[in-house]
Amino acid sequence: MNPTVPDAAEPDGTATAQSKAHESLALPLSFRVNGTPMELWLDPRTSLLDALRDHLQLSGTKKGCDQGACGACTVLVNGERVLSCLSLALQHEGHEITTIEGLVNDEAGHMLQAAFIEADGFQCGYCTPGQICSAVGMLHEFRQGVPSAVTPLASMSVTNLNDEELKERMSGNLCRCGAYVGICEAIRTALERLERQER
Amino acid sequence: MKPFEYARPTSTAAALDEAAHRPNSKFLGGGTNLVDLMRENIEQPDALIDITRLPFSEIREREDGGLSLGAGARNTAVASHPLVRARYPLLSEAILCGASGQIRNMATVGGNMMQRTRCFYFYDETASCNKRQPGAGCDAIGGVNRIHAILGASDACIATHPSDMCVALAALDATVHVCGPQGERTMPFVEFHRLPGDTPHIETDLKSGELITSVELAPPDAASGSHYRKVRDRSSYAFALVSVAAAVSIRDGNVADVRLALGGVAHKPWRAFEAERLLRHAPATLERVRFAVDAELAAARSFAHNHFKIELARRTIVSVLGGLMALERAR
Repeated sequence: MNPTVPDAAEPDGTATAQSKAHESLALPLSFRVNGTPMELWLDPRTSLLDALRDHLQLSGTKKGCDQGACGACTVLVNGERVLSCLSLALQHEGHEITTIEGLVNDEAGHMLQAAFIEADGFQCGYCTPGQICSAVGMLHEFRQGVPSAVTPLASMSVTNLNDEELKERMSGNLCRCGAYVGICEAIRTALERLERQER
Repeated sequence: MKPFEYARPTSTAAALDEAAHRPNSKFLGGGTNLVDLMRENIEQPDALIDITRLPFSEIREREDGGLSLGAGARNTAVASHPLVRARYPLLSEAILCGASGQIRNMATVGGNMMQRTRCFYFYDETASCNKRQPGAGCDAIGGVNRIHAILGASDACIATHPSDMCVALAALDATVHVCGPQGERTMPFVEFHRLPGDTPHIETDLKSGELITSVELAPPDAASGSHYRKVRDRSSYAFALVSVAAAVSIRDGNVADVRLALGGVAHKPWRAFEAERLLRHAPATLERVRFAVDAELAAARSFAHNHFKIELARRTIVSVLGGLMALERAR
């Protein structure tokens, strides 16, 4: 993929007279996406999600609710999971963005993808890129010792990703097909394989 | 979304200068609430001043044994910090009860304090809302008001403050540090947010052009046990119907000190000063807790759909305080 030149696409995918009149507000953005340096000129209104999908043609990241309720747009920023719909692209100057396309070379991402297929962790598949990006970020948080709402306060570190922990930590990703049983099984399987490989 | 200018200052002075020269501007932290409100045209700033590059994200121990939380510190960083986990577990619990993992990685301390109500009518451009348009009226009062306030509301507004973190900070007697065109100042956390009165559009004590820099926590009371309980329509990733932040210490069977704050019930995190007054130095019994809670909730006023919140608040407070007292007696 080549670094992109100034781009005329509108932030929300629709061309309006108003936004044409404000093209002069466009600002440069320089960041890395899936390891590749990217340069864009963007209307400040452009969300990270729309920059990825409409300006860089990385359509693996999905737009579900576009208001932070569903998690379908989850991507990794400097390795941490965030919602790309609630983030303005210009805030990510200098950041490293990883989308579902970029997880092809990621150990955890690869194992999660295989485990999702084995465990039927989806039905329509629309939430799956967000589920997998979120799970990559979640497993990283878990292994770094980030607590959750169900982690006992007495234990200063979490060591067991039991069902309660897994469901709480993945609660920001909705699946309207209701494939949750398969999603949980896939994440557990991927974590087991990662840990076995490291032993 | 209305077009706006975007600036990314790297120093506090530059950020304040930007704000001073752009009257209808907003500071942008994690964006989790502001970007959403702008997309809905509820917020229409002419400029956004991105403050995520300012040196305000540090969490550090103070010389007096307290803790300083930088306004730009992300929710995950605060909730996971070993000193927060060990000395202010109430704050860690409350933050982890809020939003989702993704949103906590984005949301900041200052942005959490500045988040706006989730009242449906505030979000609905076609509804009347005194917050959006002072003097327009309040459609929530005669509308679907199951999630609305039972304490401190007014005829102008019955919205609630949606934060979990702020409920814990209200109970912990935190102090807010801000800087602005007139220099730096501090205020008690419980005075930062306002009740609606006749001016529900003015939600905090922050003046135009002022920026939150940190929230300071006094040294913890090692003798007290604490707990945050959130009651909501689903077990995760939902706003509170009622939440309770409580800390209690007991000496010789009496309450030595108590802190109690409620979420989901008022326009601001509701510090239950009356209940605390009636509990302090009184016998640490469930009977006394019920007496104090009834006194606190005597002023509660409900609307067509949220009457259940009064009883829910009563039972949740009694359960949390009763549980803490049992644990403290066993220590």
